[in-house]
Amino acid sequence: MPTAMDIYKLLPKKNCGECKFPTCLAFAMQLANQKVALEACPYVSPEAKIALEESGAPPIRLVSFGSGELAVKTGDETQLFRHDKTFYHPTVLGFVADDAHGLDSMKSKMSAAQAAAFERVGQMIRVDSIALKHSSGKAEDFLEAVKIAAAQKLPLVIMTEDPKLMADAVALCGQNRPLLYRATPQNFDSMLALAKGCCFPLVIGGTANLDELSQLADKAKKAGVSDLVLEPGTSSAAQMLESMTAIRRAAIKKKFRPLGFPTMTVLGKSESDLMKAALGVMKYSSIILLEDVKPEFLFPLLALRQNIYTDPQVPIQVKGGLYSVGEPNEKSPVLFTTNFSLTYFTVRADIEKSKIPAWLLVVETDGQSVMTSFAAGKLTPESVAKAIETEKLKEKNGRNELVIPGMVSRMSGKLNELTGMKIVVGPRESSGLPKMLKSIAG
Amino acid sequence: MGFDIPKERFPGRIKEVSIGATKEQGGTRRASLAVGGSNGLQFHKFESESPHGPLIVMDVLDTVRVVPEQLMHSIGPVVKEPVEWAKKIEREWGADICVLKLQSANPEEENRSVAECEALVKEVLKSTTIPLMVYGCGFEEKDAKVMEAVSNAARGERLFLGLAEEKAYKSIAAATMANGHGIVAFSNLDINLAKQMNILLLDFGVKPENIIMDPLMAALGMGLEYSYSVLERLRLGALLGDPVLQMPIVCDCSCAWAAPEALEDNPQRGSVELRGIYWETMTAYAAVIAGADLVIMRHPQAVVKLKAALADLKGGA
Repeated sequence: MPTAMDIYKLLPKKNCGECKFPTCLAFAMQLANQKVALEACPYVSPEAKIALEESGAPPIRLVSFGSGELAVKTGDETQLFRHDKTFYHPTVLGFVADDAHGLDSMKSKMSAAQAAAFERVGQMIRVDSIALKHSSGKAEDFLEAVKIAAAQKLPLVIMTEDPKLMADAVALCGQNRPLLYRATPQNFDSMLALAKGCCFPLVIGGTANLDELSQLADKAKKAGVSDLVLEPGTSSAAQMLESMTAIRRAAIKKKFRPLGFPTMTVLGKSESDLMKAALGVMKYSSIILLEDVKPEFLFPLLALRQNIYTDPQVPIQVKGGLYSVGEPNEKSPVLFTTNFSLTYFTVRADIEKSKIPAWLLVVETDGQSVMTSFAAGKLTPESVAKAIETEKLKEKNGRNELVIPGMVSRMSGKLNELTGMKIVVGPRESSGLPKMLKSIAG
Repeated sequence: MGFDIPKERFPGRIKEVSIGATKEQGGTRRASLAVGGSNGLQFHKFESESPHGPLIVMDVLDTVRVVPEQLMHSIGPVVKEPVEWAKKIEREWGADICVLKLQSANPEEENRSVAECEALVKEVLKSTTIPLMVYGCGFEEKDAKVMEAVSNAARGERLFLGLAEEKAYKSIAAATMANGHGIVAFSNLDINLAKQMNILLLDFGVKPENIIMDPLMAALGMGLEYSYSVLERLRLGALLGDPVLQMPIVCDCSCAWAAPEALEDNPQRGSVELRGIYWETMTAYAAVIAGADLVIMRHPQAVVKLKAALADLKGGA
């Protein structure tokens, strides 16, 4: 972001006060803090306006494609390390359907991409896109596939380096805003003209190095095409890491505008490509295309993406409530824990290990762990008693006994007083649960 | 004018630590393996040097009690024979280092005696030639005795003994110091605690070149993002010049097999064993990308996959 002094230099310096601030400098300070809009100044010159918009733009442009509820946003990242703030837009994963294998195969790839969705810790994680590629197959098949895919919900990537065929495909897309793949040094001018005409985002790739890539991006931008995605070379994981790091650093630390765009990596399905996809999720690929990969790999990859793109300041939570582990009845043991997802999953897994059915009461603590929420006063005998009340525990279970985490043994007395239940202090670490449950249930 | 890659130069460097001792050095290992020594972010070879790639440690457990059922089959009959298991990871599965986890010393389970633990360590040393690390069962009083015995029995081998924790480090530190071994300093996902552990050990008299840190690797889906960021921050802190953070890092990725999602039956997510293999591979891959110098692994096929990925990250042949 520009400083107040940078902005001040571009203002008319009339101190007219029409912006409701006494001086232009005061107005500049408000602008630098993003408290007011530049439009409040009636006298700002068009040149200054462009310059200010340019310098105020995010270091990496936000580019979106697709339409409707599944449309994806990429780019607009501000960090090199997630712990410095967060990564905002999870890597878009897409499957490639190649016309070399015929229309039927393309159709089945489309269905595979549609179906690749999993629910995990209360969120849907899925393959976000389908890429249709023209290689050695028939152009009619390719266009037919575009027509079918454009009518479906998944955001679309159209892959051909032939500008004429790309134009035919674009004409079939209607409102489904596809990503056009790709402009290369060989077809650059005609692809650029096409992207400018239809206003769809364009991938630039196939360059010899990052220097050439940045020059083409700069050229495109000057020609008025700003929705760009950059595809650096990825011959090895080492090269991929180097290019992706260079682009991210240049954009964020050097404010180097020609590389301030989302990035893309196109892979196959070899073992090394699979691991490169995992690398891209961690190290700055905005979009990754794979051939449809086996679920044994896809699910862990999507979980990795979910983990890496979790906001470090906002823990993943589970919903408060009474959960059953196995098929508990009115005589089964009752335990409680907090709604920090890691705590919940760990405790749940350890109860499952005991093979003893049990009730697990999850108390809402804004996603904090047992110790943290206890220290912060969010986990109190009162909040536990209230959860017992709300969940009507006593109607479901007549044991009248509550196993509490060993870390909060101090709340035993008060909890007993509030609930009338017998309090059993559990282990300090949930790994001790199987042994303990066996002893109290046996 | 060409585009220049914006490069980062750091004032700090990770300490070089060697594990295992050869005959000349007073041990019986075929090699003493060095880790650490890097002056940049992991695999950023365009701007830094990393003389020693991440090493692969494979674990050997002395009781089947803690081995998931699905793994029994992949590891095979040797799962019941720790000495045979150790031979296998060296000769067939390509481990750089072996870590023997003496879980059966647990006084609440098998409660195997100190003498039996010591005998097992001796037998593993006799049957293998790769460097060895030995972990206790996590019960302070028992581990104090086991580690003392192991340390004496393996004098000169330059074992790495673990895990030293904030509230239980003195006896194990004393055991390593007595016979020239190294120590693994454990901390629970907390960069300040990781630093504190190193300070405690240094104050106690352990030499910095005898310490590696274990900041707790959480498996994929089980809080991996916390570990990932702790690792990145530890590595950056070390490179920015904090000498108390410059110890190499070991991440125990066998924890992937304790993640329920890695092993639950769910046809939509594919076969259990292969999913588990990728679960472990990806956990270890994230660990090395974020900064681990050593990863502890369990499944031979996960090791194969990780090794190929490491070669690719180093730029191939």
